[in-house]
Amino acid sequence: MRDFLTRYRRNPAAVVGLFLLLGVIGLALTADLFFPRNPLSLAGRPLQWPFTNPNLWLGTDQTGRDIAAQIFHGARVSLVIGLIATVISIAIGVLVGALSGYYGGWLDDALMRVTEAFQILPNFLLLLVLVAVFGSTLPTVIVAIGVVSWPPAARLTRAEFMSLRNREFVEAGRTLGLRDARLIFQEILPNALPPVIVYASVIMSVAILLESALAFLNLSDPNVPSWGNLIGGGRGVLRVQWYVSAIPGVAILCTVLGVSLVGQGVNDALNPRLRHR
Amino acid sequence: MRIFSLAARRLAAALPALLIILAGLFLLLQLAPGDTVDALVAQMGGGDPSMIEQLRKHYALDQSTSVRLGDYLWRLVHLDLGQSAIYGKPVAAVILERLPATLLLMGSSLAIAFAAGMALGVVAARRVNRWPDTLISTLGLVFYATPSFWFGLMGIFVFAIYLGWLPAGGYSSVGAGLQGMAQVLDIAWHLVLPTLTLALIFLAIYLRIMRTSMLEVSNLDFVRTARAKGLTDTKVVTRHILRNALLPMVTLIGLQAGTMLGGSVVVESVFALPGLGRLAYESVVQRDLNTLLGVVFVSALLVIVINFIVDMLYARLDPRITAGR
Repeated sequence: MRDFLTRYRRNPAAVVGLFLLLGVIGLALTADLFFPRNPLSLAGRPLQWPFTNPNLWLGTDQTGRDIAAQIFHGARVSLVIGLIATVISIAIGVLVGALSGYYGGWLDDALMRVTEAFQILPNFLLLLVLVAVFGSTLPTVIVAIGVVSWPPAARLTRAEFMSLRNREFVEAGRTLGLRDARLIFQEILPNALPPVIVYASVIMSVAILLESALAFLNLSDPNVPSWGNLIGGGRGVLRVQWYVSAIPGVAILCTVLGVSLVGQGVNDALNPRLRHR
Repeated sequence: MRIFSLAARRLAAALPALLIILAGLFLLLQLAPGDTVDALVAQMGGGDPSMIEQLRKHYALDQSTSVRLGDYLWRLVHLDLGQSAIYGKPVAAVILERLPATLLLMGSSLAIAFAAGMALGVVAARRVNRWPDTLISTLGLVFYATPSFWFGLMGIFVFAIYLGWLPAGGYSSVGAGLQGMAQVLDIAWHLVLPTLTLALIFLAIYLRIMRTSMLEVSNLDFVRTARAKGLTDTKVVTRHILRNALLPMVTLIGLQAGTMLGGSVVVESVFALPGLGRLAYESVVQRDLNTLLGVVFVSALLVIVINFIVDMLYARLDPRITAGR
């Protein structure tokens, strides 16, 4: 553990990523403290430039809502969506991958055909279909993002299970008469999980980007403060008040960058031999 | 001959997945509130119950789900995608109209991302862990983390509004009535910003893969042999390392095909391009599920075809693949 921390600290990119991510988490946690009012309510005259009004230091958007409040509350929404969607997609992926890697045979064939089907469909298009069918409330959007992004996790888990299923410790468990469920979830899974967990950072960055794109197109939940929504709204006033779209974009960039740098840093610190090539 | 049997096998392998997609989507749309007739009636501003009944019969909506699924798949075999409710034309015709813009956008973005990613990846790998590498890798990470629609909007602001160099959107100048070469140049002019926007994200991925792949190949035995023969550094890189390092890049084209189509939905709506992606978006907004299903079907076909071409290309580039079987 200490080795891990030392190695992590020696990697400047990973440290920068950690600071970015902590910053965004800080925004999310202090949102209610600094901006207790509903961030989507009227705060002042519309389209005030940033740094012109001491009370509204990032200015207001085209409908007079406080941009700073939306950035703080949006951090919460982005992180929650990213986290839950990632957990959902990892759960589906691990389940599918574990079953098909452990049992092989026709079950593997069938599950892999389904995985291929999901990989052939462009995932943003599938997301559009899901939102069109089930509506765009926050929970459906989160579940839909989770549902479109599990195939890589399934493939990763399947590969791990295939290489682990005939190891000695599994054979030993089988000889002891352990049931399949126990072997899969308590013996093999803990060994198969680390690469999947590291991959979770990639899923999470994609999930955040997917949600922001959906919100930008006005297809996400309009009743939650989302960065993508703010950018989409600012599109109409881009000609002069470009800051309405510019500011939340930087927030998305920092969040996604933070998540991917931390993920990469953790990966490098866990596999020190793969670095320095 | 081997390459043909490989080709046939690859195409056959894609069929079950395609079938799952179609059946899955069809069943999914059964869950959607409202059907084609509801959309049509809403379009007409209401209608009496007997007419609605008749329309339902006309579109075979009174049949059972399994009958309609069979019917639907059978029609797809004939490439009959049904009628678009909002455009009043066959879905296939609407899609065909929109396809060129998307293919052009994807093709040019892919070319830019591939070429620039390759060049930057080679530079980064040759100066590994020194400042050019750090700079290029950092830029790659930033591009990867940038939402494409935001990049597009900022591009519009800087190059179209502030500097006034490029058009802010659209596929060609409206009402200019250009012909021949002038028309081609006009479209190319309009596609500069959208292409760069879509290319930047993929550039980041290509450059990272190219860098890793270059580093991996340079440690292999045949490279050491080439060096030992006394070849110059440039020659080793261009003739020996580069050719082998390109293989994962080619694989990536197939893997990213779907993501690129998804990305073009966003880019096309930012730049108001009349493409397939924008059609998907419009059909979601206007609840024209028939058209949406058609777009998804064509996109899935497109991804399968791109992957097929990549497979064939790969087999030509790496003879071990066909020889191994």
